[in-house]
Amino acid sequence: MVTVNDSKVEIWELRLYVAGQTPKSLTAFANLKRICEEHLAGQYRIEVVDLVENPQLAREDQILAIPTLVRKLPRPLRKIIGDLSNNERVLVGLNLRPI
Amino acid sequence: MNDVMNATPIQRGSLPKAATHISGLDEITGGGLPLGRTTLVTGTAGCGKTLFGMEFLVQGAIQQDEPGVFVSFEESTDDLDQNVRSLGFDLTDLVARNLLVLEHVYTERSEIEETGDFDLEGLFIRLGYAIDSIGAKRVVLDTIEVLFAGLPNPMILRAELRRLFRWLADKGVTSIVTAERGDGLLTRHGLEEYVSDCVILLDHRVVEQMTTRRLRIVKYRGSLHGTNEYPFLIDENGISILPITSLGLDHTAPTERISSGIPRLDMMLGGQGYYRGSSILISGTAGAGKSSMAAHFVNAAVTRGERCLYFAFEESERQIVRNMRSIGFELDLWIQRGLLQVHSARPNLHGLEMHLVMMHKLIKEYQPQVVVIDPITNLTTIGTQSEVKAALIRLIDFLKTQEITALFTSLTADQTQLEQTEIGISSLMDAWILLQMIESNGERNRGLYILKARGIDHSNQIREFHLTAKGIQLIDVYLGSEGVLTGTARLAQEAKERNVILTRQQEIARKQRELARKRQVLEAQIAALRTEFMVEEEEMEKMMAEAIGFETRLREDRNVLAQPRDSDQRYATPGVNSELR
Repeated sequence: MVTVNDSKVEIWELRLYVAGQTPKSLTAFANLKRICEEHLAGQYRIEVVDLVENPQLAREDQILAIPTLVRKLPRPLRKIIGDLSNNERVLVGLNLRPI
Repeated sequence: MNDVMNATPIQRGSLPKAATHISGLDEITGGGLPLGRTTLVTGTAGCGKTLFGMEFLVQGAIQQDEPGVFVSFEESTDDLDQNVRSLGFDLTDLVARNLLVLEHVYTERSEIEETGDFDLEGLFIRLGYAIDSIGAKRVVLDTIEVLFAGLPNPMILRAELRRLFRWLADKGVTSIVTAERGDGLLTRHGLEEYVSDCVILLDHRVVEQMTTRRLRIVKYRGSLHGTNEYPFLIDENGISILPITSLGLDHTAPTERISSGIPRLDMMLGGQGYYRGSSILISGTAGAGKSSMAAHFVNAAVTRGERCLYFAFEESERQIVRNMRSIGFELDLWIQRGLLQVHSARPNLHGLEMHLVMMHKLIKEYQPQVVVIDPITNLTTIGTQSEVKAALIRLIDFLKTQEITALFTSLTADQTQLEQTEIGISSLMDAWILLQMIESNGERNRGLYILKARGIDHSNQIREFHLTAKGIQLIDVYLGSEGVLTGTARLAQEAKERNVILTRQQEIARKQRELARKRQVLEAQIAALRTEFMVEEEEMEKMMAEAIGFETRLREDRNVLAQPRDSDQRYATPGVNSELR
């Protein structure tokens, strides 16, 4: 388990791109929330971007697949696609799993 | 520019179509790509797919004011802009005028972790946003298969692509999807299964170190289309496709006649020369005077004020100008006046089809009335016989529809097979003039005859011709008891004949003189005889006179003697007294 043992707390900035309130988006959001609570309690921020409302962001952030989760911070930028139902892969993707 | 091609008798189907304005493509598709549907353009790397898509959008924007969206999965928008700039497309300008949107969709497999079910709604939203932002009518996705490498889970991708094509159709945009050609398949990932309205295959083939681009419409649901492989060209004006195999023989046949440039040859051709718009073949061995014949033809055309396009595959423009000066033609003058254009190119500069495309382009640009190709036989070095023949058929068809008179020269390698053109194209020709070297008595002379001239009452005679400083001079060959004679043999024979005539004339004169002499002799003899006779006559008369005188005297004497004897008998004086008795 990764715990933040540094004194200065690193904030994880996560952005979830969805397209409307689809079951997939909802599932993804629920999964993300759960994983963050488990592993990053208190040190994460989730921003949900609905591309239906802000379509130009799809271009700016090079989003193809929905849902896409982008780890903006800490660097480097990482992209995870899918509804985040595969726990293991999400942890690998976010680099939350100790190597 | 395209009106030429409209002659291609492909029926326009009822299916609505979006004109591509790609030179030649609308003719073979009968009007363009299926409107509001997706067309798959597939081919190997470097065959021109991206360009094909880009030209579709650019032409649509420029010609029809239809905005377009170009989604590039491979090249960045800057690269795209750079790459098509060489073809005369200014993408930046089109983007600024809201006629074009360039979308670079970038995926990097290594950066992406798949964590469950996903879809490509992001792409849909991007595309939809781009389409809606400029009201696009045309969309190009180049090359969408890159997604298979960039995203996991091909199963989802396939389903999503299927949905994408349906979605594009619902959007009412006419779209092109490009794909890489796979092994034995049209596309690597079987996209042709989803895009079933129209499939166009581009190809880039190397045959004998020469590359030719070709295009084929594999399928076009609900529409007639040309089924052949059409060569195409990418040059500074974009793509040009050559739908040159006209499906019917329906060109017009002008009755106007034009001079061959050689008055005596015109006489042999029914007194008026060739038909306008016909194709003329001049074949002969090396040095027989083919190019000179061509120069005459060019000169005649230009003198009539017509434009002439000369394709030279052997000599450079300067060389032709110099050489034709030796037979009295100043081609330079015509070139300067813009009535003559010479295009010299080595045949192996590029493939046969490329040559053909180039010729088409030049002919369309220059609009000549007369075209010379000198010689066509050199084209065989870059293609097989059947290819060259097919190419020439297309060229001739094209020229005929334009009513351009074309003169082709053909080199015959073998003296024994004069009446065979190397590429078997004689049947395509309306007139065929054969130049023959007649070899005899240790010299070669040029002979000419008309092998065929469709629709022209032509001479069956062989003529000898000379290349003089004033051009080609036709001379009657010697036809006589000694057979056909040319050159010095003809001259010798003519001299011999003149001798015979001279001798005969001299003989007559001699006979006449002899007769005169004989008459003189005779007359002299007559005179002599007459003189002799006169002398004799004189003599005789003298003698007779003497004789009479003697007689008279004798009688007188007798009478004198008788008197004394008193004779009763008196001798009559002859001649005087005889009547008295």
